Amino acid sequence: MLYTLLCYNKEDVVWSWTKEEDDAVMNRLSVVHERLTREGKLGPSLRLLPTTAATTLRGKDMVIDGPFAETKEQLLGFYVIDVENLDAALDVARQLNAANPTSVYEIRPIALYVPEARPTAPKEMVRAY
Amino acid sequence: MSDLAWINGALTAARPQAVGALLRYFRDLDLAEEAFQEAALRALKNWPRNGPPRDPAAWLILVGRNAGLDGVRKRARNVAMPDDDVISDLEDVETPLAERLDASDYRDDVLRLLFICCHPDLPATQQIALALRIVSGLSVAQIARAFLVSDAAMEQRITRAKARIAGTDVPFEAPGPVDRAERLASVMAMVYLVFNEGYSAGNAARNTMCDEAIRLSRLLLRLFQTEPEIMGLTALMLLQHARLGARFDAAGEIILLEDQDRKSWDQKLIAEGLALIDKAMRHNRPGPYQIQAAIAATHARAVTAADTDWAQIDHLYRGLERMQPSPVITLNRAVAVARLEGPEAALAMIEPLEDRLSGYFHFFGARGAFLQQLGRTAEARTAFDRATALANTPAEAAHIRRHLDRLTADG
Repeated sequence: MLYTLLCYNKEDVVWSWTKEEDDAVMNRLSVVHERLTREGKLGPSLRLLPTTAATTLRGKDMVIDGPFAETKEQLLGFYVIDVENLDAALDVARQLNAANPTSVYEIRPIALYVPEARPTAPKEMVRAY
Repeated sequence: MSDLAWINGALTAARPQAVGALLRYFRDLDLAEEAFQEAALRALKNWPRNGPPRDPAAWLILVGRNAGLDGVRKRARNVAMPDDDVISDLEDVETPLAERLDASDYRDDVLRLLFICCHPDLPATQQIALALRIVSGLSVAQIARAFLVSDAAMEQRITRAKARIAGTDVPFEAPGPVDRAERLASVMAMVYLVFNEGYSAGNAARNTMCDEAIRLSRLLLRLFQTEPEIMGLTALMLLQHARLGARFDAAGEIILLEDQDRKSWDQKLIAEGLALIDKAMRHNRPGPYQIQAAIAATHARAVTAADTDWAQIDHLYRGLERMQPSPVITLNRAVAVARLEGPEAALAMIEPLEDRLSGYFHFFGARGAFLQQLGRTAEARTAFDRATALANTPAEAAHIRRHLDRLTADG
């Protein structure tokens, strides 16, 4: 079974960590990452840039500065895309929206992307439901 | 991370909102700071026991307000007359706090708190010290270290700055759109001052100021999500800060942009800066911070110094010159012109600026460099001598001395 773990925290608090605190957290995390990699459990993982760098597409043309504001919708999935800039990313989001018009797409730049590390990674599309 | 580290982060993060709201209640900066201090002490006792609250800022505001009211009541008993003017909003003490803690209140509270630090009567260094003390909550000792002065001197500077603003009318009513835009412009300028104070010195003790300016700017952007100039300011500082590790050599001497090891630029900060510029450009409302950020981005995108798109930089500086004409901007554009058309054209561009830039280190540094490239060694030496005399930091002076040494070696 494939799972994705979504990390939530208070962004303004994380910004307020001292460098020592931040480093300490990152070091502890990397120990876990290494262990999971050895155990062949870690797929691609990524860290997002702050929500202040996010843009949200609602409907076909409604581009909103900032992250998707949590309301009644739930997070159902996410894509990683490799494009030139925000306009190109919005174009992809519009294509997805055309196929799935009621969904909202937040475009958030990625700060760190660690590619697939498992030797046994699935080569084909997995339909998990 | 220990409880204590989390609590410290939460207190720092909540401080601008909490002190801003307490200032609105008490209309007195010292009272607001004392109330926050008391609330923070109670948080240190209460949070480890009961777990952190869901909204630390709201908790601190509520507890701080009650603590502050207690303090005022106690004092009121000891003086002849209860001083009701000290406390605003008394009539709505009963309304649920959460109701009134909506985003626009927060926004204006934080903005007001930052705004009182940029009073035009305060010299830049006092504005910076005040913001670091009141908004960021740095200790006097930390700020003193960053400014390389004694604790006592910094204490005095902050006390004086506070006394200065205490006598002025702090605008407590919610600002209209025009007022809000004006306050925001002053606050952005002050945040950039904080950044530059740290950036120009380039030593570790002062990096705190760069980090703090970026944190404040991101905070502003969260409160004003659609303001392209805040995106621009944040991007500008991120892109400049990304070069931190490459700007000085082991001996603390300046490494020019063209000689920096670009692999040591912080790609994460660059990515965030570029993403913010993309966002800002969609608004089609260019402003000085956005343009300066775009200039920094042009450098960031060049894989090697030789790849730099100088025509783009020239174009951007022209835009900046139109928006806010200044000899310093023209001087900067001359550096791009030197690359595009040669040092002769650049020199012709900056000569008329001498009257206005006669006390400006970079003017003589640039003139010396252009003259040096033209082989006019004696004139270059004179210019570099003037630059050395005007250097703001030992690193700047050392950098010019290296130019002089090279002139001597060459001829």
